[in-house]
Amino acid sequence: MKCRVCGQDAHISLRSYNTALCSQDFISFLEKRVFDTIQKYNLIGNNDTPIVAVSGGKDSLSVWHILNKLGYKADGVYVDLGIGEYSQESLAKIKKTAEGLQRKFFVFPIRKIFEKGIDEIAKVMRRVPCSACGMIKRYAINKVCMDNGYNVLITGHNLDDEAAALLGNLLYWKEEYLWKKSPFLDGHEGHLSRKVKPLFLCSEREMAAYALISGIDYIHDECPFSINAKSLTYKNILNNLEETSPGTKLQFIKGYLKTIKGIEEKKRDISYCTTCGYPCYGGTCSMCRLLHRFHIKDRIGFEEWGSNLDITQKMMT
Amino acid sequence: MKIELDGHTYEIEKSMEVSRLLKQFSLSRETHLVIVNDRLVTEDYRLGRDDRVKLIRVVSGG
Ligand SMILES: [Zn+2]
Ligand SMILES: [Zn+2]
Repeated sequence: MKCRVCGQDAHISLRSYNTALCSQDFISFLEKRVFDTIQKYNLIGNNDTPIVAVSGGKDSLSVWHILNKLGYKADGVYVDLGIGEYSQESLAKIKKTAEGLQRKFFVFPIRKIFEKGIDEIAKVMRRVPCSACGMIKRYAINKVCMDNGYNVLITGHNLDDEAAALLGNLLYWKEEYLWKKSPFLDGHEGHLSRKVKPLFLCSEREMAAYALISGIDYIHDECPFSINAKSLTYKNILNNLEETSPGTKLQFIKGYLKTIKGIEEKKRDISYCTTCGYPCYGGTCSMCRLLHRFHIKDRIGFEEWGSNLDITQKMMT
Repeated sequence: MKIELDGHTYEIEKSMEVSRLLKQFSLSRETHLVIVNDRLVTEDYRLGRDDRVKLIRVVSGG
């Protein structure tokens, strides 16, 4: 196959676009798609201060890389679950990327704060690790945004993540989530940052190719707790469909976006945690209750790694 | 040629196209990228005897 742009040998075929491209032209093609997505859906404006939630995986590190390349100066935030080698390796990859980008990033070290791993915390909360982790992550990342003036939170969710979640919500008619999977969610001034997903039209395959070609060193392993069997099954089903009908995933997500445009979200009165101000339905939020349970009052803080990474690691409260 | 997949190495004598190799391993081109001698290649690439091949899984859970 030859590259559609330059005629040299192609390195990747993109059947949903009915094309093939060489490495160089693929990078431009993908970056342009991300840029167009940001512009078309108003994901990040000129006056915004964005931050990327990074995990060390291909998607979050790539979106961080792309944004900075496109001129959106974005810092990073990482929730360190304290799961042995997996977390250490993730952190090392993030540091390396931060160094290359000359950006700083914040770390929320769960084990240091709770003096327990996520699995033990989950047991106390009587939740599965993923659910406990999700709650803590959402809270901690939002706190970094609120405390440091980042008004847009970027996540690395790709087309396959979104399509798999949508399929799951549809199959079980989870109406409470079904209409809330938009790639852009509004914030609440002073309480919750806006959330956007600039990669929602980029497939997982494209993102892996992007990371490989760009030399982004990402962690291939999965979080030992987060291997979500259902989500993997949905992804496989969708990829089987994609194999015979290229473009299916894109159509699925684009159709969803068209559909939710007309649907007015049922507005539930939002209230805020009386202790910390985080949005919650009534009284104290789950995180404040958890901290109370662990008798943690003032140790909830973040480590801040400067863009010049050999300098300070400071603890803030 | 040497083939790396999920931490295992396989040896295949016969020269073949990438698409054929994926079929032999029952892998979909949607879920795996093929790297030959450190470069990404398309499915019609013809693998030679001395090629070093890496099959990279792109799907992550979660
Ligand atoms: Zn080209
Ligand atoms: Zn609270």
